[in-house]
Amino acid sequence: MELDATDRALLNRLQDGIPLVDRPFAAVGEELGLSEDAVLARVAAMKGAGVLSRFGPMFHAERMGGGLTLAAMAVPAEDFDRVAGQVNAFPEVAHNYAREHALNMWFVVATETPERVAAVCAAIEERTGLPVYPFPKLAEYYLNLRFKA
Amino acid sequence: MSDASILDEIDRRIMLATQEGLPIVARPFAAVAEQVGIPEAEVIARFRFMQDQGIVRRVAAVPNHYRLGYTANGMTVWEVPLDVIDEAGQRLAALEYVSHCYRRPAKPPEWPYTLFAMVHAKDRAQVEARVMEMAALLGDLARSHTVLYSTKILKKTGLRIQG
Repeated sequence: MELDATDRALLNRLQDGIPLVDRPFAAVGEELGLSEDAVLARVAAMKGAGVLSRFGPMFHAERMGGGLTLAAMAVPAEDFDRVAGQVNAFPEVAHNYAREHALNMWFVVATETPERVAAVCAAIEERTGLPVYPFPKLAEYYLNLRFKA
Repeated sequence: MSDASILDEIDRRIMLATQEGLPIVARPFAAVAEQVGIPEAEVIARFRFMQDQGIVRRVAAVPNHYRLGYTANGMTVWEVPLDVIDEAGQRLAALEYVSHCYRRPAKPPEWPYTLFAMVHAKDRAQVEARVMEMAALLGDLARSHTVLYSTKILKKTGLRIQG
């Protein structure tokens, strides 16, 4: 779908978070000069077209007491699709990217407890038959999850 | 820092009901309330609490950045000695095109990189121009660097807890 200026304004606004009120889309619409129905229709269209990957609460894994790590694997090209399927089948794998490097698969493992991270990495190794290299965050200098539409 | 101990079973049920996302309806919290079996006002109050505590960053749209034209996504990685890594991290974090910047462990000898900074741009030429700017900004703080371009999103679901 082609986004028009209103879609872009709405998408930028919705990335900052909706107000926690009973009719949040009406509140956002009021800010932008749109009716609640117009907001809902545009958000639904963007979700349906895949412009929005997700709409909902963004949980902070570490503050939930959970564990989180970035991890990488070096996957032979001929096995890539099989391994991607096996890795993605783990519900603890939150996202996974193919990258151009000897380490060509990079994913985030998010677990309910910090101790589970190592167990999930070990389980992925066992399932795929390949080593998993964890790269846990040791310090955070910046995090901004917004993209200007 | 908060932790899960301040969350109870109802919060957990709210998380389970919403981790796939909220329904795009006029009263999304009412829909969650019905599913969890508590009043709408309580769902809203609990989200406010979780947001105040930083357990929920925000309730928001997450765009597919590829669909917004950010098709070049370079994970830049820098070999920075630990005694200057905070300085280097702060320098990169100040750049508007760096979306996240973390210190992570090196795995010598094949992986000497300790500082990761994600750069999103419209094309590779723009990423490369930015990497040159970053390298100039770091100067002697970084001994080497490389860029890992993403070629495909294999999965993107956000965090999940188990039911």
